[in-house]
Amino acid sequence: MWSARTGWALLAPTLIVLAVTGLAPFFYVLYVSFFNWNVFSAQAGLSFAGLENYRRLVFDQAFLSSLWITIKFTFWAVLSEIVLGFLLAQLLTRDFPGKAFFRTIHALPLMVAPIAVGATWRLMMIPGFGPVPYYLQQWFGIEYNIGRYSGQAFWTTVLMDVWHWTPLVTLTLLAGLISLPREPFESAQVDGANALQTFRYLTLPMITPVMLTTLFIRIMDALRIVDEVWMLTGGGPGAATRYTGIHLWREVFPKTDYGYGSAMSMLLLYFTIVLSWLLFVAITSRGSRVT
Amino acid sequence: MSKERYGRKLRGNILVYLVWVLSTLLTLLPIYWLFLVSIRSRVQLFGTPSLMIHGVYTDNYASFFGDATFRRYLLNSIIVSTSNAILVAILAVMATYALSRWRLQGEQNIFFWTITNRMAPPAAFLLPLFLLFTRVFKFGGWDLFDTRLGLILFYTVFNLPFAIWLLKGIIDSIPIELDEAAMADGADVKTVLLRIIVPLAAPGIAISAIFSWVFSWNEYLLAATLTSVNARTITTGLAEFVTVTGTNWGEMAAVSMVALLPALIFLALVQRYIVMGLTFGAVKE
Repeated sequence: MWSARTGWALLAPTLIVLAVTGLAPFFYVLYVSFFNWNVFSAQAGLSFAGLENYRRLVFDQAFLSSLWITIKFTFWAVLSEIVLGFLLAQLLTRDFPGKAFFRTIHALPLMVAPIAVGATWRLMMIPGFGPVPYYLQQWFGIEYNIGRYSGQAFWTTVLMDVWHWTPLVTLTLLAGLISLPREPFESAQVDGANALQTFRYLTLPMITPVMLTTLFIRIMDALRIVDEVWMLTGGGPGAATRYTGIHLWREVFPKTDYGYGSAMSMLLLYFTIVLSWLLFVAITSRGSRVT
Repeated sequence: MSKERYGRKLRGNILVYLVWVLSTLLTLLPIYWLFLVSIRSRVQLFGTPSLMIHGVYTDNYASFFGDATFRRYLLNSIIVSTSNAILVAILAVMATYALSRWRLQGEQNIFFWTITNRMAPPAAFLLPLFLLFTRVFKFGGWDLFDTRLGLILFYTVFNLPFAIWLLKGIIDSIPIELDEAAMADGADVKTVLLRIIVPLAAPGIAISAIFSWVFSWNEYLLAATLTSVNARTITTGLAEFVTVTGTNWGEMAAVSMVALLPALIFLALVQRYIVMGLTFGAVKE
């Protein structure tokens, strides 16, 4: 029974399904990315274009700027989530009555459909309807309009992401924190180390593997954000929150420029593969499996 | 305990409570507002946005459940999510058993490949999947586009990796002696899987099935691109509210409430596994 054949037979359905759903699209899009293919153009079908699509992509201002604001968004959102999540995780390491309740509520946004998160935030933030613009105007005289000011729209998407994903950081870091060995902390206390020193020389180095894993997962997820932002701002005003995922989605389908869209998809996939390889190496080599 | 230390501990606890009460309020506020909007009539929604409950108005929900289109979206979501969860559970048990008991060539690469699938931006999959659906998986007049089968199959790309990661640890911990004892009694692989592995790994299988279910329910981008009429799901229906009907806030809120209901229901069940679920088992609690 332990023949390799049986093993592969058990694995085969998974490999076939993943080949059809994960690998076939990949090769197909690689193929199409070397062709000109526009459904509405005068010339029907595909014509070979070599690297032309990729050349166009590297000089495409709209694409580059969408990539840049996505990176900016990812940086601010993930940075805030890590800082906030770490502080909240620290507050959960000790026991206090009601801790389980706070923790459960805190985890709630993680399960909510991103599209519903976007809808919820839209109802909060939309000018002329939501309570946030209304009370900001009433109480502080601040004009808050995410349909008009790019900066406000950008920071609102960051805030929404922080609302949605900080709990993940809190919970992963908490899992890491409570699994740390006690002895070093006890001896540090005996030696009279202050809180800052304990944090700098004990907590931080020991939490680094879990922190890295969390960081990578958050970065990967933030880079591919679409649903929430699409619901909240529609990528606007102008192109202020048109992150790469939205750009690709809104650029390719309405214009049916499939060859060019394929090149864009390939480039995104390439970045993703490089990043997930780094993540994989970080997880497997640093031994961040916390049990 | 000295008086001074007691005082410090109390002050520390007050700070902890302040932070957590604030955090809880901020988490719940948007959802509370959503709920309020969903139980208000059009007239009540004009003017000052009040955070008080002024009676319960159920027409928003009634018009949702009364609309045949939305009932179909809801049914599609339920069918797609449930079928996907079952498919993922079956494939994952078989695959993980193989990865756990056999030393197969390229095992590490298979693992890496599955994460890449999970990590890939769905936006990059849209065009290739759209083209495959409409032009390649085509048999006579039938193609995968706008079918529930298409969604069920393609959500496995994102769900299967997690299920395998979660089950790997669990099946690894089932002693191989149990399999061997059963085999000595003449059991084949199928019997070992059904009689030993599945019952012992049942909690893990349930958790991965729930996560697959919730993910499929929550997914928007692929559903919006790969369906048009027949196989539309609840999330695409929700997005249509913003683009098509504009400002029917009450109904939009009601649809949103329905869309986030499973999250509320399952939260208590899988709370302990959320971290594992969202980091594909890289971080365990």
